[in-house]
Amino acid sequence: MTLKETLIAFWTLFSKECYRFLRIWGQTLIPPIMTSSLYFLIFGNFIGNRIENINGFTLMEFMTPGLMMMSVISASYMNVSSSFYFSKFQRSIEELLISPTSNHTIIWGFVLAGSLRGVIVGVLIFSTAKIFIDINILHPMTFFFFLFVTSALFSLAGLINAIFARKFDDISIVPTFILTPLSYLGGVFYSVQQISETWAFFTRFNPIFYLVNGLRFSILDLSETSVNISFVVLSFLIVTLYIICFRLLEKGVGLKT
Amino acid sequence: MYAIELSHVSKKYKSQTYALKDVSLKVEEGDFFAFLGPNGAGKSTTIGIISSLVVKTAGQVKIGGYDLDEDPIKAKKCLGLVPQEFNLNVFESCLAVLINQAGYYGVAKSVAYERAEKYLNLLMLWSERNHQVRTLSGGMKRRLMIARALIHNPPILILDEPTAGVDVELRKLIWNFLEGLNRDEKKTIILTTHYLEEVERLCHHVAIINKGKLVSTGSLAELVNQLPGQSYILSLEEVLNNPTKEKLKTLSYEIKFLEEKAIEVNLLKHLSLSDLFKDLGQLDLKVKSMREKENQIEQAFLHMTKEGYLS
Repeated sequence: MTLKETLIAFWTLFSKECYRFLRIWGQTLIPPIMTSSLYFLIFGNFIGNRIENINGFTLMEFMTPGLMMMSVISASYMNVSSSFYFSKFQRSIEELLISPTSNHTIIWGFVLAGSLRGVIVGVLIFSTAKIFIDINILHPMTFFFFLFVTSALFSLAGLINAIFARKFDDISIVPTFILTPLSYLGGVFYSVQQISETWAFFTRFNPIFYLVNGLRFSILDLSETSVNISFVVLSFLIVTLYIICFRLLEKGVGLKT
Repeated sequence: MYAIELSHVSKKYKSQTYALKDVSLKVEEGDFFAFLGPNGAGKSTTIGIISSLVVKTAGQVKIGGYDLDEDPIKAKKCLGLVPQEFNLNVFESCLAVLINQAGYYGVAKSVAYERAEKYLNLLMLWSERNHQVRTLSGGMKRRLMIARALIHNPPILILDEPTAGVDVELRKLIWNFLEGLNRDEKKTIILTTHYLEEVERLCHHVAIINKGKLVSTGSLAELVNQLPGQSYILSLEEVLNNPTKEKLKTLSYEIKFLEEKAIEVNLLKHLSLSDLFKDLGQLDLKVKSMREKENQIEQAFLHMTKEGYLS
């Protein structure tokens, strides 16, 4: 395909995927705001006042980047996994598979749409947080970089999940049993300096810790590990997952007989 | 150059069973080609391999002269596919289905819109253009899939049972539409169907596949010529008595006595109807009416898909 044809194919897929989550905004964009508002209300106002500051910040200030990351991860992951799996389920994915659209274009189309949803959710939650507390973004470039790259990473993970999924249950297993525990144990609600050495050790093996840390640095200028390490971990994971996605699509795993 | 060329194509599943075994097939450009076979014969697998939805185990596939493995983009652009099962996104409108499909082939939206208007009108779906697919009837979905397969203007169109579950009136609309595409736009059309009247009406050449192997290919006339004979049902003017029946048994035809006044005669290829009427005349038997027992294509199909045909 020529560059123009490739761009048309990409834009078709990307805009179709964006239209899908924007059309059902009540299901895709509002629930994370509701959930995070409750967190802000309960942990910020009801309980937060009774808890000591963490590294010089109130619990709510400290929690905000982590809560954003939790929703961003979930939104971008579910956007791609559910959309791709549903296309498989109703076989409309064949429209793409028989076309000359390359596997790179397919990955970019799904992943960028998932990333956009992740970024929108992140920005909406940050805006919600501003209603409850006086918080600002100290490093805007880093803020958007971490939001976008985290969304892209978990969109890729969602795509891999959807490729392997054979039934609807298969796309909810990973978020429930892997992503949620990793998110809660990734330093969203606590500082690694406040927990035991053993737990701190395990937390440092959790990739979500580095994503939360990067976003926390962009908002609070607070970092529990080097932001450069966060950047390296993210880049490594993105490249790895991209290669896995591409190889799976090339082989037609879960798509072709 | 052939529109479609399969060379020694095989498909073996992990269970070691062959869905296709060493199938070689050529379809001329501009042909209207029927691909026939009983259920599970390998028709859909062949179509799946051509449309790259099924991974072949061996062999080569060329579409419009382009090798599907070496030049997949050009090969895929030559092909439009109407699958057997509905594979539409049920939450999209008819127009969105077509414009998105065109987009995947790199066709600009303005061009896609013009083509969508043309094909939706021809297939009598224009009034449904903004309706979601889930609100359409089965026949409408079938026509929408035909329009979708044509939206990138491919020279080759493959239809896997396009008239399955479609009423008579609509079937004729689809037949006329496909005939027009083949005649006026010179599109090569490959069709699988269980309706042999459809083959007789539309197709120029036929291939028959059974148990993953190609058992015959050629023009309709060539196919019929491969039949060992032709069966007719004859209604006689008078009731057959036993002596006449005995005499009939001595003739060189396979005769079955159906009713008091009806017989079935299997006329072998080297014998003519004149011979039959002459012999019946000598026995003072008058034929009131006569009809073919089965359509000739149907007979050829049944004959060639019979157990042990190739051996």
